[in-house]
Parts: sequence; structure tokens; C-alpha cells
Amino acid sequence: MALEPVKEVTGTGVFIPGADIDTDRIIPARFMKCVTFDGLGEFAFYDVRFDSETGEKTNHPLNDERFKDASILIAGVNFGCGSSREHAPQSLRKYGFNAVIAESFAEIFYGNSTTLAMPCVKASAADIAALRTAVEAKPDTQITIDLEKMTVRTCCDLEFPVNMPESAREALVSGRWDPIQELLDNDAAINDRAKALHYV
Amino acid sequence: MGKSLFQKVWDSHRVGTLGDGRTQLFIGTHLIHEVTSPQAFGMLRDLGLKVKFPQRTFATIDHIVPTINQDQPADPLAAEMIDAIRKNCDDFGVTYFDLKSGKQGIVHVVGPEQGITQPGTTIACGDSHTATHGAFGAIAFGIGTSQVRDVLATQTIALEEMKVRRIEVTGDLRPGVYAKDVILHIIRLLGANGGIGYAYEYAGDVFDRMSMEERMTVCNMSIEGGARCGYVNPDAKTIAYLQGRPYVDNTNFDETAARWLSFASDADAHYDDIVRINAADIEPTVTWGISPDAGISITESIPDPLKAKTPEEKASIEEALAYMKLPAGAPIAGTKIDVAFIGSCTNGRISDFREVAKYIQGHKVAAGVQAIAVPGSQIVAIQCEQEGIPEIFRAAGFEWRAAGCSMCLAMNPDKLVGDQLCASSSNRNFKGRQGSPTGRTVLMSPVMVAAAAIKGHITDARDLFDLETPAAVA
Repeated sequence: MALEPVKEVTGTGVFIPGADIDTDRIIPARFMKCVTFDGLGEFAFYDVRFDSETGEKTNHPLNDERFKDASILIAGVNFGCGSSREHAPQSLRKYGFNAVIAESFAEIFYGNSTTLAMPCVKASAADIAALRTAVEAKPDTQITIDLEKMTVRTCCDLEFPVNMPESAREALVSGRWDPIQELLDNDAAINDRAKALHYV
Repeated sequence: MGKSLFQKVWDSHRVGTLGDGRTQLFIGTHLIHEVTSPQAFGMLRDLGLKVKFPQRTFATIDHIVPTINQDQPADPLAAEMIDAIRKNCDDFGVTYFDLKSGKQGIVHVVGPEQGITQPGTTIACGDSHTATHGAFGAIAFGIGTSQVRDVLATQTIALEEMKVRRIEVTGDLRPGVYAKDVILHIIRLLGANGGIGYAYEYAGDVFDRMSMEERMTVCNMSIEGGARCGYVNPDAKTIAYLQGRPYVDNTNFDETAARWLSFASDADAHYDDIVRINAADIEPTVTWGISPDAGISITESIPDPLKAKTPEEKASIEEALAYMKLPAGAPIAGTKIDVAFIGSCTNGRISDFREVAKYIQGHKVAAGVQAIAVPGSQIVAIQCEQEGIPEIFRAAGFEWRAAGCSMCLAMNPDKLVGDQLCASSSNRNFKGRQGSPTGRTVLMSPVMVAAAAIKGHITDARDLFDLETPAAVA
């Protein structure tokens, strides 16, 4: 099962402000009443995009026409904290995001995202702020996340280093981001391990 | 240099190293529920795969189960999810604790109750509160749905090794300070993202004295501090709790128990970090904001953004206070509540209901407050009934419900309405967490929830009840 390597992601960005944006915010629990992940895209950030009483659109960045084509999400610290629900990165993926740049990520969210070939790269607060300024001044700013050089660069002279755990980077650039085949291939070793464990 | 429990369990479950450098880790016990498993079974079918060790996966339903008329979900989507897990378990040969089994409940209550949760094992579940099982000295953590697929198909996942932080809490807890306060205090100190990349080892005489259920409350909220897993070393209490439970090897129990104890951290174990906390510094703690690290003592005031140290902190406090509709700088005590909720995988066990029942007799829930009590499992519900606990709650004005996740995450009919404020024994105070996009959550211990329900506002339970020190007497 050869997977497409993810060596770089290019697109326009949108900045979503706030620290500790949790997975309930990304996909409210009521939209998880489903037995497939289809159709989750339209519910991404639903309760902050729409006023709960009037149903009107709020001034959330995702409602801003200037950012309607954005495919790179830019955020602050501890993005994706809380619930382990894969519905969160699934909804972002289906909404149209291909990568996230943030100051830091919650661990389960970042792992789930990697498995969906959606890189989550970390950057400094100052670099995030500069990127935010750039995209808000010029929403069509093209952003490239280069996973081989581990940099983010824009069309317009901004360039800064990013980081992510080496294993995730390697999984993405070598087309191993979904590990299922490799796990299956090690069947003999799995059986040996199972035999050595008293409780299995 | 000796090894920590984490290292021992990790080493004994390591299958190999994958091409990207991650460990292929054997997952000894897999727990599933109706929300995060149907897509995983769908993927298995798409790939033409079977469940490799069907006897190592255990299923129940909890998130979407109504707490009134459990077996009659009015919501067709909920009914579809219940049908899906039943069919998936039937098709793939997985043990399923359904509503008729008498064993259904919140997956993190059911595992320990059945003795499925055991020391020295790895436990995964598509739920971030899986760290609860760490109370038994297991390495237990939440996983995404693609990883649920991986466990079903291979009994392994790809995982980066974690660092280990030992959190020592020593000394005597003050009267009225519960396990919930201890973990809220730890999260407050270390932050909601402080544990990223770490497993937390909870150590020190405070945890030694705690009951197994109190340890579960602590480990349960590890993820709220950013730590994917948290554990307490197994000891005589762990062994005593497990002996005789259905899934324990009771015929060779002494041998099993000795093996379990051998996983405890060595005295000279290596830790990547050590944090020391004085038990006497911990007060009954409540949250004021929209992240579980926004905790303060019941005697403190709500933070003032004008006193923030950085522009980011100021913006964060302002956002939280605007959502919570709380006044900066005012005491948190006295904040009016609309709903009181006692239950969840954090605080929905028999000891939680016994503790509250000790104090609410002779009191009444304040007018205008809806108070609900939800046992964490059918077995907890039966234990409560045998002890006359539902009558005590009902006499005090609580609604007594059937087992489920209930108002912790509102995937079932139990939800806040509009901007209602809920005093809650659950684990998350995120925006919209309890089902209304503008609903407000204040986290606290069950006894503090009961006190708030009776007074109609957030209050210091020590002023209302004559409280003992639970951890010290256990």
C-alpha cells in the first residue's frame, strides 16, 4: 500500500485566534452521532461560526470571504487539546485544510492528523504573529510548508523554521503516514510478543 | 539505574521499531464504545481485515445512552450507533456489555469493575480519558479512530515513546480536599499543555493513602493537563481491589499479584522530570474559565485581566470571562448556578455517591436548580440501590438517573440550555462542552457540586457540611 509522500504543502492561510482550542470547539460532540466520517467538513468550528440563537454567521475568520479558499490553518498554543476524537482532524480535512501551523499541538490530535496526511508543524510565537500579519494584510499570500527543509516560506519574503517530531516528518515525507500496512507486515513479531505476555 | 513502571511496561510490550522511528507497541487490552469505533470497523471491512485478538477487545455503550429509559433512544442517530456496535461486535466476535448485561456503563468505570483493567498492561481506547486505568499501574491512553482500526487489525499501534514526569504530592490533605481537588490543582500548576509528551507518574503518600477510586479520579484527568497517560504504582490496595473480579485469573492469584507488583517503579528509577507538591497547599478547587487549568481555590477571586502578566494572558482571561459571564476580580463563591451534575468517568463511582450521600441528608436542592446524579455503570447503580443512596439523593431534590456519560459531553438528551451555568463533577469546561453552545461549566468535586446545588450558588462545602479527610482515612 504505497502512500503519496507529503513533502510540502502550499496554499493560502487563515489565522484562528486563541489558546487551547479544543476538539469540542473544532467539532461539537452532537455532530459525532454518525457511523462514518462523511459530511463532517461543514460542521468544523460550527458553534463559533454560527450564533446559537439566531443561526447568523459570526465574525469568525472562517466566515470571512477573504479566507474562504484557505487550506492552511494557523493557530496558537495547545491546538487540538481535549478529546481524542479523530472527528476533529477529519472535519478539518474535509473542510479543506491540508496542514496546520501552530505554536504547539495536543499530542493525540497531532498523531491523528499525521495519520490523515495533514502535517501539524510548530513555529515560534513571533513567527506565527508575522505570518498572521502577512495573511491578514494579503489573504492570497501563498504559504509553503517544506517538510524536507522544515521551513515555512511565503511568496512575499517571509521565511522561518518549523519543527515536528522527526518520526512524524519521516512518516509524511516517505509516504508512511498511515502505518497500517507496516503494522500488519510484522505479524510474526506481534505473535511472539503476545506469547510472552501472561495476560494475552 | 532502575526503571519506572512506564519503562517496564513499554519495554515488555514493544514489538519493534517502525521505519519512521516510532515504536510498534502491543496493546494488551482494547476498550471500545459506540462513538469512535464504527468508522474503524468500516475501515476493517474496506480493507478485508479481521480482528486479530477478538478476546482482547471489550465493548460497551456510554456516550449516547439516554439516562432516562436507557433502551429507548428517541434520537434515530443514537439508535443507529447502538445497532452498529452490536452488529460489529457480533460480526467480529468481540465481547459486548450491552444494556441487558447488567454490566453496561461508562467504559472507564466498566473496565476496572470487571477486572479487565490490570497492572503492567497496555490499555487503549478511542477516548482521551483512558488514562483512568492508569490508577492500576497500567499504561493507558486515548487513541484516534484510525488507531482503533490498527488495534483491531494488529493489536498494535505506532507510538512515539513518552517521557516520564513524577508528580509527588506529600503531606496531609486538609479536610474537604478530595482527589478531584488534587488533580485540578496539579493541572492548574502545570498547565493544560504542561504534560505534552509526558506520562505522569503520581507518587507520594497522598496517592498511597487514596482508594483505588480516588486514584482513578486523578489519573482520569491527566489528559486535561496535556499528558496522554498517567498512572499510580500498584500496591496492596490495587491487588485487594482486583481479587475476585470476573476477568482476573483468580486461580493463580498469588502468582498474578506478584507479577503485577513487579511492575512498580524501582526506587532508583530514572525520571525526565520531578514535580513536588505539598498536600497542605491544596484547597477545594473550582474552575472559572474555559480550560481545565483555569482553576482557583474556592476562597479566591476570579482573575482580573488587568493584572495579567502578558498580552496573551490578558486576551485569554478576557475571552474566558466574556464566555463565562463572570465579573473580573469578584469572589468565585456566590456565583449562581442553574444545574448541578454528579457523575462521569471522573466522579461517577460508588465512593462518589456514598461520600455525597453522607452530607446531603436533611438538605434540599435550592429552588430553580436542576440537580442530577448519574451512576457511572449499571453495577454502580445497583450498589447504590442496595445502600439506599438513590432515596437519599431524591429526598434532597436530585434526579436519580441510569448509567451513562450524561451531561459530561451531551451526546445524549442531558444538555444545558442557553447559557445555563452548571456546577459539574465532570472533567471539561470547554466552550459548549455540556451541549449548549453558550452553556457554562464550573468543574469541582462531587461534594462541592452538592453544596452548590443546595445553596444555589458556588460555595465552600466546608462551610455547609462537617467534612472529614477522605484520602487520609482510606
